[in-house]
Amino acid sequence: MQRLLRGVRSIHLAHLLRTGVHLDACEMRDKLKFEFSEDNRRRVTALLAWYPEPEWKGALLPLLDIAQRQQGWLSISAVHVVAETIKIDPMEAFEAAQFYTMFFMKPRGKYVVSVCTSTPCKLRGGDEIFEACKKTLNLEHGQTTPDMQFTLKEDYCMGACVNAPVLAINDDMYEDLDEKSLGDILADLRCDKLPPAGPRNGRFASEPKGGPTTLKSHPPPPGFMMQELPDPKTNKCQ
Amino acid sequence: MIRAPLVKALGALGSPTHQMASRAVRTSAMVAQTPAKAPEKIEVFVDDIPVQVAPGTTVLQAAAQIGVEIPRFCYHERLAVAGNCRMCLVEVEKSPKPVAACAMPVMKGWRIKTNSDLTRKAREGVMEFLLMNHPLDCPICDQGGECDLQDQAMAFGSDRSRFTDINYTGKRAVEDKDIGPLVKTIMTRCIHCTRCVRFASEIAGVDDLGTTGRGNDMQIGTYVEKLFLTELSGNVIDLCPVGALTNKPYSFVARPWEIRKVSSIDVLDAVGSNIVVSTRTNEVLRILPRENEDVNEEWLADKARFACDGLKRQRLVAPMVRMPNGELQAVEWEGALIAVAKAVKAAGGQIAGISGQLADLEAQLALKDLLNRLGSEVVTTEQGFIQGGTDSRANYLLNSTIAGLEEADAVLLVGTNPRYEAPLVNTRLRKAYVHNELQIASIGPKIDLSYDHENLGADAALVKDVCSGGHAFSKVLEGAKKPAIIIGADLLERADGAAIHATVAEYCKKLKKPNWNPFNVLQTNAAQVGAFDVGYKAGAQTAVKAQPKVLFLLNADAGKVTREQLPKDCFVVYIGSHGDNGASIADAVLPGAAYTEKQAIYVNTEGRPQQTLPGVSPPGMAREDWKILRALSEVVGKPLPYDNLDELRNRLEDVAPHLTRLGQLEAAGEAGAAGASKSIGGGAIDIKLKELRDYFMTDAISRASPTMAKCISAVNKQQRENEAKQSVAI
Repeated sequence: MQRLLRGVRSIHLAHLLRTGVHLDACEMRDKLKFEFSEDNRRRVTALLAWYPEPEWKGALLPLLDIAQRQQGWLSISAVHVVAETIKIDPMEAFEAAQFYTMFFMKPRGKYVVSVCTSTPCKLRGGDEIFEACKKTLNLEHGQTTPDMQFTLKEDYCMGACVNAPVLAINDDMYEDLDEKSLGDILADLRCDKLPPAGPRNGRFASEPKGGPTTLKSHPPPPGFMMQELPDPKTNKCQ
Repeated sequence: MIRAPLVKALGALGSPTHQMASRAVRTSAMVAQTPAKAPEKIEVFVDDIPVQVAPGTTVLQAAAQIGVEIPRFCYHERLAVAGNCRMCLVEVEKSPKPVAACAMPVMKGWRIKTNSDLTRKAREGVMEFLLMNHPLDCPICDQGGECDLQDQAMAFGSDRSRFTDINYTGKRAVEDKDIGPLVKTIMTRCIHCTRCVRFASEIAGVDDLGTTGRGNDMQIGTYVEKLFLTELSGNVIDLCPVGALTNKPYSFVARPWEIRKVSSIDVLDAVGSNIVVSTRTNEVLRILPRENEDVNEEWLADKARFACDGLKRQRLVAPMVRMPNGELQAVEWEGALIAVAKAVKAAGGQIAGISGQLADLEAQLALKDLLNRLGSEVVTTEQGFIQGGTDSRANYLLNSTIAGLEEADAVLLVGTNPRYEAPLVNTRLRKAYVHNELQIASIGPKIDLSYDHENLGADAALVKDVCSGGHAFSKVLEGAKKPAIIIGADLLERADGAAIHATVAEYCKKLKKPNWNPFNVLQTNAAQVGAFDVGYKAGAQTAVKAQPKVLFLLNADAGKVTREQLPKDCFVVYIGSHGDNGASIADAVLPGAAYTEKQAIYVNTEGRPQQTLPGVSPPGMAREDWKILRALSEVVGKPLPYDNLDELRNRLEDVAPHLTRLGQLEAAGEAGAAGASKSIGGGAIDIKLKELRDYFMTDAISRASPTMAKCISAVNKQQRENEAKQSVAI
């Protein structure tokens, strides 16, 4: 009896490990069929026309992106199709898809909320924004809500440090956040409404808040601060 | 991901040695290399010693020129440069940071310091990071004692550890992967050198392996659960600098310091790969490749490496004689020899001998001498060949030579699948394909050769088309600098084999270039070339036609001869190591030695004689084959004139002097059999070894090997799974 149980358990464990950790075919839902849509096929053709055929490999990232935009995420079969399109080995395409954090190898929510917590944002309260997101959406880093509306990610610098703290929702940046504006944004998203992107503290872009602090006067005329040259006749400065 | 950019950089600089580039990469590399007119050498200083090197030489190669070894994990001479392990960091004067020696080409006047404080500190740092995530399981690791990480940690690492994290987050752990019955993976030990990934994609041509994930989550693996199935998979074990990939059948068997190593030759295909046989207490434990640039470089095919457990199974350990009730019964040597001698004497001159796949040259010569003395001329090989084609050596050799095929730029394969018939010839062809713009076409069934090739069709009439110069590929062959046509040995067994041979030989006279013979026959049997060299005739059917009263089967296990073809009263004597097809039809079985148990010469497909050395002694009462024949000759009353191996080799020198110049190649003349007809019958050309599953069991030893049986079932299982997956997807 003991032996039988142990046998069963070990098989069970092995099975768990396989489905849980390994990049298993079943978990990756590679049975999903993937084909580029008509529009996307045209985009792909246009992209490939940029490259000579031996260098089609260069179109790997844009093609993966197109595939991801079509499907919402990147299934193994989509990676396969991309690899076939540009004639590289599937493993090579898979390596790239795995490496970049903006490719999702698992189904993701409709809105991917990525909060920046690297240094400038952290100094301006990025951590609090992330905590608030976690609390509001009831998610941890990398998790997706069961209704497939939201995926939460803790991310690194998005290149908008002047407007820290920032978060990105899909392709749009939401900047100069505080807890209130974050709440508004998430409330809008909950109603399936994408709020307008941009700063949330009244700024237009990355200009100083409350008007310019420098460069306020008119630009000086030509020759300003130039070295004075002596008069060639008198050989003296005026 | 890691592979291409650096290769490209190196290629553009025209690095002279061993640069590997993928097919996609090479076009740009080739363009950059064209203005290559003996570039001037530049001087650099390694540890203040001046070295003259070609431009583009890396720091590591420059140091190697004066014998300074820079530690490395990811760098390998025969693979593309990856530059990701950072172990080869060295200080270069006036450079603010240490540089990676394997990837950095030298500049004029550089002063490289391989043993400065900065260099040592860099190495210690790299080593500390590697060891941080490497398990401390050396005592239970199979690589222990021959581990690069162990050795280099000892030589270049720090003498103390700062790692205190063990109670907190602990070390990284990675799930093991099942990549087949030959290679065992313990992925936690992996240091991500990516040698296995590069080997698989560059040399083996199977892009199954890769790196997934990033940063601390990086793993080596396959993207869907998949076996790493190739005929060269065992080489990743040798390449792995740590114990992440180890030999599965050999796991937990022995430590490197316990084993004896014997340099020998592999005989399971006709390449004659150089091997090291590791033995302990009279048992062959494993087989490793030995470097020989002319033959196997430093690779070894899986059958040669893993079939060695077949040496312990199905062995004939005592002489046997068939009793009147039809059963073979073990007897003493005396009884067996007398029984055979009686039959031989009664037969008069009606005796024949057939030499099989694994027969060694000495035994072949002794059998021929014995039969000649008894008045018979009928000694043949088991595998067929064209009749009368064995007079000129060039007719049955791989005349372009194995290493020479690397330089070929147009190859036509006729009825052969080098990938499974001679995997290490195929790696040469692949190398030429990758680096030399080799164009390959094949006549025969559609096969996967691990590189792109054009299948012209399977009809034998195509041979005539190509050789008459009318076919499109004829233009390619005629325009090539070093064209080659390779004919499969099995193809020449066909009824119109002689015609195909003659047609191709005739055409090759036209294609011939100075110092280049385009005519090639790819043999599959290690014994075949040697047999023809000492005067054996081709084909078992020649022996059967003679309807002998006594038939000697020397290691003849391919099952080409059946009892029904022989006269009822024919007395069949089997001399060989394994109880296989040959022994099952024999009236007397005389147990011989396998290739790891005797000092014997084998001649490979390019005509290179090489010798095996005994690592263990033959089991039970088994003896070396030529000694059995010598003893028998005494009992028959026609003693052979040699009592030891030296005398036998002297006799061999009289017969065929080139065969005693071990390791050397003798150029053969022009191919072409006199008076052969040239009417090719037509009909489809077939190949025996089409898929990987056909590769594993081709001779008595590999048929007896449990590991090879596991390989076949693994291949079958993988295929079933693939089929199941496809049917679900549809």
